[in-house]
Amino acid sequence: MLDCGLDMTSTLNFLPLPLVQSPRLSNLPGWSLKDGNAFLDKELKECSGHVFVDSVPEFCLPETELIDLSTVDVILISNYHCMMALPYITEHTGFTGTVYATEPTMQIGRLLMEELVNFIERVPKAQSASLWKNKDIQRLLPSPLKDAVEVSTWRRCYTMQEVNSALSKIQLVGYSQKIELFGAVQVTPLSSGYALGSSNWIIQSHYEKVSYVSGSSLLTTHPQPMDQASLKNSDVLVLTGLTQIPTANPDGMVGEFCSNLALTVRNGGNVLVPCYPSGVIYDLLECLYQYIDSAGLSNIPFYFISPVANSSLEFSQIFAEWLCHNKQSKVYLPEPPFPHAELIQTNKLKHYPSIHGDFSNDFRQPCVVFTGHPSLRFGDVVHFMELWGKSSLNTVIFTEPDFSYLEALAPYQPLAMKCIYCPIDTRLNFIQVSKLLKEVQPLHVVCPEQYTQPPPAQSHRMDLMIDCQPPAMSYRRAEVLALPFKRRYEKIEIMPELADSLVPMEIKPGISLATVSAVLHTKDNKHVLQPPPRPTQPPSSKKRKRVSEDVPDCKVLKPLLSGSIPVEQFVQTLEKHGFSDIKVEDTAKGHIVLLQEAETLIQIEEDSTHIICDNDETLRVRLRDLVLRFLQKF
Amino acid sequence: MDPECSKLLPALCAVLADPRQLVADDTCLEKLLDWFKTVMETESSLHLLQDHPCLMELLSHVLKTQDVSPRVLSFVLRLVGIFAAQEDCFQYLQQGELLLGLFGETGALSWTAWNMPSVRSGWIQGLCSLAHHPSALHFLADSGAVDTIFALQGDPSLFVASAASQLLVHILALAMQGGASGSPISEAAAWPICAQKIVNHVEESLHSKATPQVTQALNVLTTTFGRCHSPWTGVLWGRLSPPVACLFERDPIPAVHSLMDLLLSVARSHVLNFAACGLWEMLAQTLSRLSPTQAGPLALGTLKLQHCPQELRTQAFGVLLQPLACILKATTQAPGPPGLLDGTAGSSLTVDALLSSKSACVGLLCQTLAHLEELQMLPQCPCPWPQVPLLGATVTILRLCDGSVDPSSSMGGRLCGTLGGCVRVQRAALDFLGTLSQGTSPLELVLEVFAVLLKTLESPESSPTVLKKAFQATLRWLQNSHKTPNCSDLSPDALLFLGELFPILQKRLCSPCWEVRDSALEFLTHLIRHWGGQADFREALHSSEVPTLARQLLQDPESYVRASAVGTAGQLSSRGLQATSASPENPLAQQGLLMDLMHILSTDSEGFPRRAVLRVFTEWLRDGHADVIRDTEWFVATVLQAVSRDLDWEVRMQGLELAQVFLIQAMGQPSLHCPYTVGLPEATSPRPHPEFLQTLCRLPLFEFAFCALLDCDRPVAQKACDLLLFLRDKTTHCSGPQEAGDSPNSASVEAVLQRWREGEQGQPLGDLEPEAMLAILRSLDLEGLQGKLAKSSDHVEKSPQSLLQDMLATVGILEENEADCY
Repeated sequence: MLDCGLDMTSTLNFLPLPLVQSPRLSNLPGWSLKDGNAFLDKELKECSGHVFVDSVPEFCLPETELIDLSTVDVILISNYHCMMALPYITEHTGFTGTVYATEPTMQIGRLLMEELVNFIERVPKAQSASLWKNKDIQRLLPSPLKDAVEVSTWRRCYTMQEVNSALSKIQLVGYSQKIELFGAVQVTPLSSGYALGSSNWIIQSHYEKVSYVSGSSLLTTHPQPMDQASLKNSDVLVLTGLTQIPTANPDGMVGEFCSNLALTVRNGGNVLVPCYPSGVIYDLLECLYQYIDSAGLSNIPFYFISPVANSSLEFSQIFAEWLCHNKQSKVYLPEPPFPHAELIQTNKLKHYPSIHGDFSNDFRQPCVVFTGHPSLRFGDVVHFMELWGKSSLNTVIFTEPDFSYLEALAPYQPLAMKCIYCPIDTRLNFIQVSKLLKEVQPLHVVCPEQYTQPPPAQSHRMDLMIDCQPPAMSYRRAEVLALPFKRRYEKIEIMPELADSLVPMEIKPGISLATVSAVLHTKDNKHVLQPPPRPTQPPSSKKRKRVSEDVPDCKVLKPLLSGSIPVEQFVQTLEKHGFSDIKVEDTAKGHIVLLQEAETLIQIEEDSTHIICDNDETLRVRLRDLVLRFLQKF
Repeated sequence: MDPECSKLLPALCAVLADPRQLVADDTCLEKLLDWFKTVMETESSLHLLQDHPCLMELLSHVLKTQDVSPRVLSFVLRLVGIFAAQEDCFQYLQQGELLLGLFGETGALSWTAWNMPSVRSGWIQGLCSLAHHPSALHFLADSGAVDTIFALQGDPSLFVASAASQLLVHILALAMQGGASGSPISEAAAWPICAQKIVNHVEESLHSKATPQVTQALNVLTTTFGRCHSPWTGVLWGRLSPPVACLFERDPIPAVHSLMDLLLSVARSHVLNFAACGLWEMLAQTLSRLSPTQAGPLALGTLKLQHCPQELRTQAFGVLLQPLACILKATTQAPGPPGLLDGTAGSSLTVDALLSSKSACVGLLCQTLAHLEELQMLPQCPCPWPQVPLLGATVTILRLCDGSVDPSSSMGGRLCGTLGGCVRVQRAALDFLGTLSQGTSPLELVLEVFAVLLKTLESPESSPTVLKKAFQATLRWLQNSHKTPNCSDLSPDALLFLGELFPILQKRLCSPCWEVRDSALEFLTHLIRHWGGQADFREALHSSEVPTLARQLLQDPESYVRASAVGTAGQLSSRGLQATSASPENPLAQQGLLMDLMHILSTDSEGFPRRAVLRVFTEWLRDGHADVIRDTEWFVATVLQAVSRDLDWEVRMQGLELAQVFLIQAMGQPSLHCPYTVGLPEATSPRPHPEFLQTLCRLPLFEFAFCALLDCDRPVAQKACDLLLFLRDKTTHCSGPQEAGDSPNSASVEAVLQRWREGEQGQPLGDLEPEAMLAILRSLDLEGLQGKLAKSSDHVEKSPQSLLQDMLATVGILEENEADCY
């Protein structure tokens, strides 16, 4: 199984979980059907024309109809965003396999899960709405609730215990490490340049190579650069995790982010940046480190609020081997690889586990707050949205591309606060993909259907799709795709003593053949040719006989034949040997030589020769010997 | 030649002839040649050679041994050429077999140093100088030099090859000049032998299958028609146009660029009768045969021609319009508005070029836009100018670049992919868009222009260079949109546009990229300069945060931005548009800006912001800014005090400018000195009030000016000199007949000035009386100083004597070193 991401957009249908009692949210009117029926008004609330479920937020799990997840042997994880569904799979499906991931992926993945669990668990909500999920009722609801898919499978967030148990099934791997899977294939993680420890995977046998490219970046940000060279010579390249905003260039967006941040703060407003606790935030902090002095923002406090803020900032500094070259070399100076260390030291950046406690003492405005969750449905961000939403001096800047910012803002409407959308997605765009594919030249590309056509909103943008030769094979939801290669060959090893005994014969210049008689020994998908057992000695005792019975019987070896039969010469030879009335017919695959007198037929084809005669064994043997004259034996 | 140089020459010749002495610096030899050339302009070279036997010795030494360095060999070849340019000297050198020995087949060509490009180049330049009289022509013909020049046209060194072509043209012109003393020789067969030889060679090369040879021949012809405008060039074209025409029939056409250059060069000639020589037909054919990218420059060149048939102009203009017509066609719904071109001839070629590759598409569009931009500004600009479709196409190109166009065809879709985010095309299109603002356009289109400009200015994807161009284009459109006579007001549409522009400008002023902040500030300054007085504009500006943000940028870490912010803040303040806290009711805040600028002037570590402050202050003083006139004396005194310590000479210069403005305001304009000016009898400027002179002493303007007079930077000293002259002029009738040194006061000033001259500038002049100042002013030889300063600072070092001494001195050092080593 390649990755197991969690679809969190389902949470956008729920009301936010405020950290402190919000009169506004708790006084929202209940929703009633057109006919005035108000039986759902406890579960559904209306806010500025949108309807939300008033319940603990739920997540949309990976589909399980198509495959029994208990039969999955291995899960390969490409980055920490792509493992958020792991506890659901390892803990509730009977999964007994192994999960492979790099260390930063696992550690930061743990932080993300921990944050998520913390955000949800610290605001316990008594109510759990389920009535609306009834298919007959759901049909009556307004969009987008009406169109939500598989709502019955939506689940509440996992617990920390489940997270720990899931993470214990992870086997840590390093870049370029080769891992044998049951002898059948070998898998290798390669740096994908997108996030700390993010990987692409190579899955290969001796004769086939499949690359799985997911969430990769060619930009120079903090992680180790993408390893492209190792992706060459792939039979199939499975491509996914491209940028969600192909038209936005991350550099431009960072500029936009900084400009709007400065503009707001200079006018005395506060800036709220809903974000994940790891990833782009490191780059943003680095940009701000260079920018704040030049923009005259040195006195503005920057707050990073997350239950895992401290761990995230510290982890980033210790994963030196997973960082880009520049940052790696800083470690040897020794200096912290990320400049946020200096921001913390100079008190420009302060971090807190939550808004409670120290933060409330230190809080000064105007300020810039980085906090989660980007969906604006839970986490400390909810508090700041409620606090600052009423003033047009403040700005919320969306940098994470995972959620539609308009949908995220819907339960906070009407909103006076300015909203800026600067999605920063460093993953591959289509121009970079086409360069990558030109570089690594896979025989086939397999990708989601969405990548093979321009985005629906920009149907003329032919440049916003994958353009490669041969055209990419696409797949859609629940489609089963056969990868375009056949396993034709297996590698077989020959034991040295057996190899010694072979006597090759040159049949063409440069090509030698030898017959091998051996025992094929297959175990764990490894094939070995071993010397055949010695011819059995006549049994001397009953006990010995039993032993020899275990060895397979070796029949007398017939010689192998090779070569082709030239029909004209063959006919001449037949005539020389007294056959007459010979007729030759051409067939699609070869020739038929008819011996009319003897009522016999010799069928000569490329890879077989048949002598069909009527119960005359002597004649058959004579004819066979004549045929054999034209063939080489060994 | 002056006697000092004559004395130094033998030693120098000895050094040059000595292979052990290295002339380290090539430029010395160049300067030496230049000097010889100047000497020979007034003196006979024959006499020079005869008077300085050392020169002949050097020449014959080189001829005999050739053991000098290649650079000296090259020098000698060129020197001989300069000598032999005078016919009598040529004869003299010829007698001594020197010329043949150097330029003949047994000369330089046979030396091992011939491998050096510098020697071959010296040989060509020597011949080029020499070829100035009929004897030279005979020499060239007899010595076989012309054949060598033919060969050198293909020299691996481009300098040598190019010089060889130039030399051929020079010889051809000389030969024809000699032959054509009477009426033009219409028959090429009757031309001088040397000319015939060259023309035959060119003709043969034109027939050659090898492109380099064709290129060489074309280059020779291009230079010939560019340089020679005698009737014989007509005969030459008559003979060579058929082989040139044949080149167009080859596939592919060889040496396209050289061919186009030739056609344009011929077309620019005044001598030819174009109608008769078939040039127009050839141009027309060429335009239709070349690829769009190749034809562009030819089309522009054709349109620039003075006398060109209308039909050809139309065709050439069509070539330039074709790519834009294709863009319009690919993006407009059929049938759409009338396009740029009715015919579609050649459009498939253009479409191919646009779609073949990204680089081809970008190259063609950038070239076309640049050509059209150039054309629109020329007097030869085609009329009628298709303003509307051109504007439409340019807007479309910008939309293709920002991805906002919805193309109607598959070609449009591909163009969208190719041009998306292409900075080069965006820049070219914005430049052209700016130029198009000069024409009259319908309102809908103007609104589209504003929309696309807003989009570009707003887009996070726009690079700093694109933004700069977009700001420039915006300014031009604001200036020119709906221009009504006698009305500089902004149109209502422009005002609406500004309403949307200011929030964008706010964001840009906060950009992390300093270039963007800088261009936004510059743009803002222009806006205020143009419309700062208009009520609607003021209101729109005031309701935004722009003035506050601009003021904050006075503290920007980037000096360029600070400089621009100073300009903007100064302009805002001049117009009474300062940031809201500094309203007219709150003069303290206003005073704050003056103090801020003073602070920058005295503390900023970079020169640009300080210069900008002085520019603003000078403008404020000139325009009578309220803060300045409140206490002008204090203002000038404080500025001069800060400026006098400044290390940047441009700041000191600006300080003098400010002082001058101050003086002019008090004493009137300087009197005109131009002797040819027929003016009304000047109203005698008012005699300056004695109190004013006191003020000048107190400021202390005199001290500042005297100090600047001794400034080590010449422009500052010049400016100070002018200022003091002006002051002296205005105070002629001011005081009594005191002479300098009469009073003890002026004597002490004199003494201080003397010490200043000696480099002790720390001492102040002390308290001064106006009389003493005036006395010193009169005693100074300001005119003499002005004359001295007008000469360039290296005029002493530039003298030939100094050059010869330098060369000898360098060698002398070498000798010393040698001795040391030994």
